[in-house]
Amino acid sequence: MEVVVVPEKVESIIESYKDKKELLISLLQDIQAECNYLPKEVLVEVSETLDIPLSHVFSVATFFKAFSLKPRGRHLITICVGTACHVRASQRLVDKLERDYDLRTGSTTEDLRFTLETVNCLGCCALGPVVVVDNKYESQINADKLDRVLKGYE
Amino acid sequence: MVEVLQKTLSSPSELENLRQSILQKRDPTRLCVTICAGTGCRASGAEAVIQAFKDEIEKREIQVNVELKETCCHGFCERGPIVVIRPKRIFYQRVKPKDIPEIISETVLNGNIIERLLYVDPATNEKITYEPDVPFYNRQTRNIFSANEEIDPTEIEDSIAIGGYSALSKVLFHMSPKEVISEIKKSGLRGRGGGGFPTGRKWDSCRDAKGATKYVICNADEGDPGAYMDRSLLEGNPHSILEGMIIGAYAIGSHQGYIYVRNEYPLAVRNAGIAIEQAMDYGLLGKDILGSGFDFTVSISRGGGAFVCGESSALMASLEGKIGEPRAKYTHMSEKGLWDRPSLLNNVKTWANVPLIINKGADWYSQIGTKGSKGTMIFSLVGKINNTGLVEVPMGITLREMIYDIGGGAPGGKRFKAVQTGGPSGGCIPEQYLDTPVDFDELTKLGSMMGSGGMIVMDEDTCMVDTANYFIAFLEGESCGKCVPCREGLKRMREILTDITKGKGKEGDIELLQRLATILQEGSLCALGTSAANPVLTTIRYFRDEYEAHISDKKCPSGVCVELIQYFIDSEKCEGCLRCLRACPQGAISGEKRKPHVIDQSKCIKCGACTEVCKFGAILTK
Repeated sequence: MEVVVVPEKVESIIESYKDKKELLISLLQDIQAECNYLPKEVLVEVSETLDIPLSHVFSVATFFKAFSLKPRGRHLITICVGTACHVRASQRLVDKLERDYDLRTGSTTEDLRFTLETVNCLGCCALGPVVVVDNKYESQINADKLDRVLKGYE
Repeated sequence: MVEVLQKTLSSPSELENLRQSILQKRDPTRLCVTICAGTGCRASGAEAVIQAFKDEIEKREIQVNVELKETCCHGFCERGPIVVIRPKRIFYQRVKPKDIPEIISETVLNGNIIERLLYVDPATNEKITYEPDVPFYNRQTRNIFSANEEIDPTEIEDSIAIGGYSALSKVLFHMSPKEVISEIKKSGLRGRGGGGFPTGRKWDSCRDAKGATKYVICNADEGDPGAYMDRSLLEGNPHSILEGMIIGAYAIGSHQGYIYVRNEYPLAVRNAGIAIEQAMDYGLLGKDILGSGFDFTVSISRGGGAFVCGESSALMASLEGKIGEPRAKYTHMSEKGLWDRPSLLNNVKTWANVPLIINKGADWYSQIGTKGSKGTMIFSLVGKINNTGLVEVPMGITLREMIYDIGGGAPGGKRFKAVQTGGPSGGCIPEQYLDTPVDFDELTKLGSMMGSGGMIVMDEDTCMVDTANYFIAFLEGESCGKCVPCREGLKRMREILTDITKGKGKEGDIELLQRLATILQEGSLCALGTSAANPVLTTIRYFRDEYEAHISDKKCPSGVCVELIQYFIDSEKCEGCLRCLRACPQGAISGEKRKPHVIDQSKCIKCGACTEVCKFGAILTK
């Protein structure tokens, strides 16, 4: 088996949560912000350092929608599929990415350029359909505009 | 800039003196450009507008004459980025960075109004210059929300200047915990998170619960799609939430609080964190608050994107670092909640009401609203509506006033069809009930509920079966899977609904859906399951004909369900502009310039790309 070393920065994040078992969700969020996903060996490290059963860490990591156990692309596309965006046809955007970019919800393009996620509401309901690319909010997007937006991300 | 305080505030008079000194330093007649920098306006480009103002002011060296204030959400998100120039409150909407030099040279320096940036009332076509005259605002009662427009949420002194923490000071030094609770009881305040449980009673039972350690929790896990007022309050006026929580903690005898906020709301997380730090620095939070001897601290916990965590027992499980599964509530959370200790959980809006009630009195507060529902409620009016945004209105206002007078009706002259209240577990209310007063009890009678205050307006182009399917698919995904009726029932309901939208519906499907709904209502563990069938039941109750059209005639009357419709081009309306032809990913559209185009049905995948680009409304469905 390949031995993977947990990066020092992640080590120190885990260390800072050492006596705070109850903040497991926050810890996983911080790790994901750093690593872009939750690598297996890091979850093992979390389990050992915080003295939480690995099964428990895994259950939390898979229960919440915000966590990914697979590496994600260079750019994260989040399409809001909340009710207000839905009635303004956000599903068409999801369909378009599948059709034109071979990108399904929760998956990553082969070249690791994009990962697509959907979210139930971003609270920008007045501006739907809303798409977020790498934390930049784009409002009132249609299929045509989406192409133009994505061109800016290589 | 906030000056660093020499020492923390250690008495009510020091707080009052600070307030007076802040007010003395401020000139109310001074020109102040306020820019909404809430999540909505940021998505519309507010950050570039703010930078343009900064650059322009620096270039012209007029800092002394004008103040620049970044506030959070004003509520009229549809029109963002919004710029309001005080003290006259000149209202500019959809402002772009290139407009800034003109705003500075014309309006700020010379007092001239720039006509093209004004809001045009779609009802009268009149241009409106001042913010209070905009119909969207002037029909509201903004008791809770108005402060959002006046303060920079990252500057505690802005909050103090408008009376922030005065209710806290009153409570700590002039009221006993019992008096606080009886005031809240007398006000008639009911929980704003959806259930509408009397807040005072909850506080009372938590105070009486046995145990030395108690917790106070703010539920900011606003998972309802289409509702974002909690985010806007926490982003825009975090100190009012903190003040409410400290008062609640004093009333029940708690020393530790949590704000559980969605991680999808990064700005709310940031601003709440800044507010906590500043309140600690000023001695308004932490040890010996204002010298009263009372201690209380607050931590922030970020959610992981699970809708069910808005449910109190699931939220507390998540706070403990576990997966967010609800538990049966034979014992109330107020007696045995977080780590099995008495826990007082209220919604963001509920907490925001508390300082207001303490300051103005329960008698004043209970005059607003209806017999059973007091005070104001903040709704997010979204979907197919002209004036999208957040509105605060007294309980008891009719749906019609809200949708037509404030919301301006459905855009594009389309006919209103239904309004969905209460989020995914609420119901769709049709046109004939638009004169119903909005309060907790009236909405329940219609088979819907108040919920967290989401109001999604649907017009004639919205298919009600598709809508029901959307909500059930949403809830299926969000069901935690712990109890069978919810986990399996929603899956089956979604399968039946999907079949109906694909033209594979059968006779008896409607009755089967109703039977499943009853099982969910009776057999589920938590409110997610028991209320999950509401969207199906209300759409069947009010729009049965649409279900029947899908099942018997294999038609979608609203032209939404792709398997049941065909796109075609109205040759009379088509101007032959080639736009749809270029947009079609399948090459299914043919035609020449300035001649009507045609769709080849065998190639069309019904993606709708042509509808989105057509400027003449020539693409129709049948």
